[in-house]
Amino acid sequence: MDLQLSDDQRALRSGMRDLLGAVFDREALRAAVERGGTVDRGLWRELGAAGLFALRLPEEAGGVGLGLPEAVLLFEEAGRALLPGPLVATHLAAGAVEGAAEGEAVVTALEGGGRPVAHLAEADAVLVGPGVLTDPAAALSGSGVRAGSGALTGEALAASVAEAGPVRSLDPLTPLHRAEGIAGAAMGLARGSEAYQVEGLAGAASGLAGGSEAYPGALCREGALLTAAEQLGSATRTTEMAVQHARTREQFGAPIGSFQAVKHLCADMLARTEPARSALYAAALTADPVEIAAAKLLADEAAVRNARDCLQIHGGMGFTWEADVHLHLKRAWLRASRWLTAAESEEILAAALGPSSGPVPPLYSGSAASG
Amino acid sequence: MDLAYTEAEEEFRARLRAWLAAVLPGLPPKPSPDDWPARRAYDTAWQRMLYDAGYAGLHWPVDAGGQGATPTQHLIFLEETEKAGAPYVGANFVGLLHAGPTIAAEGTAGQRARWLPPVLRGDEIWCQGFSEPEAGSDLAALRTRAVRDGDDYVVSGQKIWTSHAEVADWCELLVRTDADAPKHRGISWLAMPMDAPGITVRPLRTPAGSTEFAEVFLDEVRVPVRNRVGAENDGWRVTMVTLSFERGTAFVGEVVACRRTLDALAAEARRNGRWDDPVLRRRLGRLNAEFRALWRLTQANVGESERTGGVPGVGGSVFKLRYSGARQELYEAAAEVLGAEGAFDLDREWVLDRLSSLAYTIAAGTSQIQRNIVAERILGLPKGR
Ligand SMILES: Cc1cc2nc3c(=O)[nH]c(=O)nc-3n(C[C@H](O)[C@H](O)[C@H](O)COP(=O)(O)OP(=O)(O)OC[C@H]3O[C@@H](n4cnc5c(N)ncnc54)[C@H](O)[C@@H]3O)c2cc1C
Repeated sequence: MDLQLSDDQRALRSGMRDLLGAVFDREALRAAVERGGTVDRGLWRELGAAGLFALRLPEEAGGVGLGLPEAVLLFEEAGRALLPGPLVATHLAAGAVEGAAEGEAVVTALEGGGRPVAHLAEADAVLVGPGVLTDPAAALSGSGVRAGSGALTGEALAASVAEAGPVRSLDPLTPLHRAEGIAGAAMGLARGSEAYQVEGLAGAASGLAGGSEAYPGALCREGALLTAAEQLGSATRTTEMAVQHARTREQFGAPIGSFQAVKHLCADMLARTEPARSALYAAALTADPVEIAAAKLLADEAAVRNARDCLQIHGGMGFTWEADVHLHLKRAWLRASRWLTAAESEEILAAALGPSSGPVPPLYSGSAASG
Repeated sequence: MDLAYTEAEEEFRARLRAWLAAVLPGLPPKPSPDDWPARRAYDTAWQRMLYDAGYAGLHWPVDAGGQGATPTQHLIFLEETEKAGAPYVGANFVGLLHAGPTIAAEGTAGQRARWLPPVLRGDEIWCQGFSEPEAGSDLAALRTRAVRDGDDYVVSGQKIWTSHAEVADWCELLVRTDADAPKHRGISWLAMPMDAPGITVRPLRTPAGSTEFAEVFLDEVRVPVRNRVGAENDGWRVTMVTLSFERGTAFVGEVVACRRTLDALAAEARRNGRWDDPVLRRRLGRLNAEFRALWRLTQANVGESERTGGVPGVGGSVFKLRYSGARQELYEAAAEVLGAEGAFDLDREWVLDRLSSLAYTIAAGTSQIQRNIVAERILGLPKGR
């Protein structure tokens, strides 16, 4: 039992950090902002070549053959760097939507619940509804749903994009479209839409009225987990930015970080990040729906609150377009509304409490699967 | 990263579970919280049972009388005993969780042989004489003086909030052995027998009405020089070892206890209809995330200490800060579950716990002090006022 990273995992993470440092530095970030967050196809292919999308496909299918814990580490780095694009959906589509694994295709997801769709105009495919993908590996081997059958592509996609109105996005790194147009087109594909199923949990969780009802359990869980990883990366980064600024900015003849009011804000940022990190890594190992809900809830909170505190510590400078902190905050807000909202997570977590909640996945299970 | 336990660890868990299932039903009823002698007897009897079964001082080094088990096995022990509803360490708290480990880490062979076995057997109870009326958060401002006289220190001063002082046999005592040195440099760490002449213990009542702690007056108390752990005037360093044990490991089992309480709260809310209130339900759901994360953080910390070995790091402050707040949230939610008709009834479970939980952000270093530690020692922010 050890929640520390293995040497291989550390190497994977630092490799990703180095790659992003090289291909997506601050200049590239600001250029992406200027472009309105649209996907840089060249960069997308580089990410594909680096294995970000194919990470969990079996090697015989051209993938990297790693598991959720490794995926979580890479998405944490992506969140840290504020890498734009529908990274999670494309990763989930790898093996099922042609070109996704290689970074040739940009795949986004329709989450329903009235939520706008991200990166619709540039998407080659949109995941829509149940039976889209059960398990990418299974899909490839033919036991799952055939590639593409639950993804809107080609003409159907083009027609629905033409109908979907753009939204002036709060997050300059995430272009958004209203979903109604494509929701209609998707209806044909998504018959008998299942609720978000948490296996083993009756009642409350499956009765949720939320945006994620459009997907079967595993897909939604993985989407939530990887989004939580991006949130954790962002929370870690804003803590570093805050501490860095607090060490160097001087007022009253001293670094502001020597003032206790500032120190305590920073300490609370770390105290939000570290429990969220432990919860996230554990959730990646167990893939347990309740653990994932906990990880998403805490990572969302860490990302949003840390970005706000970071902005506060930067003072007036923090409230400028020039400073990156607003970019972290806006994406953190947006991600918090994706796959599992706080309300949904809390209901899942509540349903898992107490002796009368039916078969709850064992919290202290002796031997959990390692990813 | 993995959450799998080894076969040996699983065997250990199974053996412990079986033992707990066999012995727990035969335990006598818990004594009243106000009856300290009975509490001492109950807690030490439990410790003796653990000792006889080979579960005492599990993670202590073998040459300190322990079992030399891994931190993971210790974690399993805390988890399983809590889950089974075994007695809390209670009066054995200081000896087992911080004085003992400090002596094991810093004491001489003779000191280990003298003090550690009785702690493990439940023969002797320790208390912690650190805080003074004028030195709480600013612990190094302590004034209790120890003047050398032959083979003894002669100690005078006053300690306060000393938990279990009424029934303790020994006190881990901080004294000033050099009044002229800078304040962190003139301190020594002594083991003081509580039956020495010149000691007066005056119980203090907590808001919960119980006498959890006491004032301890020291009037020319003679403590042998050989009872000093660490070098003379090097007591601050030894104190840091004690505090890291206190913050790093002492609350671990309680996270499991909080998980049980949360389950019980959900069951009660379902029974009394309050579960239908989505605000309360979601609040309990959020607490579920909180205590799961704290448990996972504990596992992460244990994994790290297994790698590095020895004394827990300052990461314990992150845990202490977050846990103490979460515990208070838990009992605030309990009051909601109980509702106005139950939340003021002292005979109801959780009512006094709500009050007691307020001590957690004060004792063992306040939350403000933990934040200072996190900011300065983990995040590297400059010291200041
Ligand atoms: C239930 C309980 C059991 C205890 N058991 C023991 C025991 O067995 N042995 C023992 O030695 N002690 C014990 N204590 C004492 C405990 O360690 C102290 O109460 C604690 O360290 C705080 O010190 P203080 O009470 O003097 O408060 P103070 O230090 O006076 O603090 C008062 C307030 O000021 C704040 N403050 C103080 N300094 C700073 C600063 N630098 N920055 C920001 N804020 C600051 C504090 O956070 C607090 O809010 C116990 C306390 C409790 C409540």
